[in-house]
Amino acid sequence: MFNLPRYLKLLNLTSLNPKLFNPKLFSPKLFNPKLFNPKLITQHVLFGDWLVLVAGVFCVLYLFQTLWSGEHAAKVQIRLSDKIYATYSLNQQREVHVHGKLGDAVIVIAQGKARFSKSPCTTQYCVHQGWLSHAGQAAICLPNQISLELIGDAKPYDSLNY
Amino acid sequence: MKNTHIQTTVDDHRIAKLAAFAIALHMVEAVIPSPLPGVKPGIANIVTLYVLYQYGFATAAWVSILRVFASSLLLGQFLSPTFILSLSGAVVSLAVLWLAMHLPKRYFGAVSLSILAAFGHIAGQLLLVRFWLIPHAGVAYLIPVFALAALFFGLINGLITAKLLYNKR
Repeated sequence: MFNLPRYLKLLNLTSLNPKLFNPKLFSPKLFNPKLFNPKLITQHVLFGDWLVLVAGVFCVLYLFQTLWSGEHAAKVQIRLSDKIYATYSLNQQREVHVHGKLGDAVIVIAQGKARFSKSPCTTQYCVHQGWLSHAGQAAICLPNQISLELIGDAKPYDSLNY
Repeated sequence: MKNTHIQTTVDDHRIAKLAAFAIALHMVEAVIPSPLPGVKPGIANIVTLYVLYQYGFATAAWVSILRVFASSLLLGQFLSPTFILSLSGAVVSLAVLWLAMHLPKRYFGAVSLSILAAFGHIAGQLLLVRFWLIPHAGVAYLIPVFALAALFFGLINGLITAKLLYNKR
């Protein structure tokens, strides 16, 4: 049988008197909308805390900067019909003419970047990719079966199958 | 027949009570969804930090480790990768706290300890992930996200702990 007084005694609550509870829990101060005023929040932040906070912010920004900006590529690999046609260093000024299935495509390498500058395809998606500069970036022309891939020191993706 | 009853001390009871509180907070946190596995508010660490200030490092270490074990048992994640990650994060953050607790209390309050411990926590977890669970260089892309989460939630937990300590004194 559920004997309430006995259970209350076990919990040291001999009566359900609300006065036994901490009145501060029900005081208006806890639910005051002014809880979020700046002074209330920062009054416990000491000088060293601000230093650690600022250092933390700089640390996070630095991490985003170094790890999230793609690295500059060193080489561009041109594939024709799924076989490597040529690999060129991006450190040169060069125009490469590749004869694909549909016709001649022109690939321009300049200032550490590469792009399709002319392509015989109808949709011109490859040309619209524009300049590629980061490792792992690629532009492909499916109808003409030519693809450009930029290679750096570390590959961000293990493999990409077109 | 030898008396096999274990004699519990006041410290044991205190640690058990505090660990229970930390476990409860961990349970509450388990309900909150997270946008990315591993980005979580870590509100149970408020208890660890509070205990560090009130009762010293040994008690805080006990509370933290007990919380990791007990909450993983309660959530059905005992000895799973989640548990190992939680444990590694707890161990490294405790090590950071052990070093940082000697900082002058006049300048460095609960907020700085919380932020430093949070960064230690994610560092331990990311090291474990990089060298065991996901041995791939792509883990580097996760580091800034976790660092941002550590900074943000470390700050909030530190503020809450500072407020609690101020009210207690």
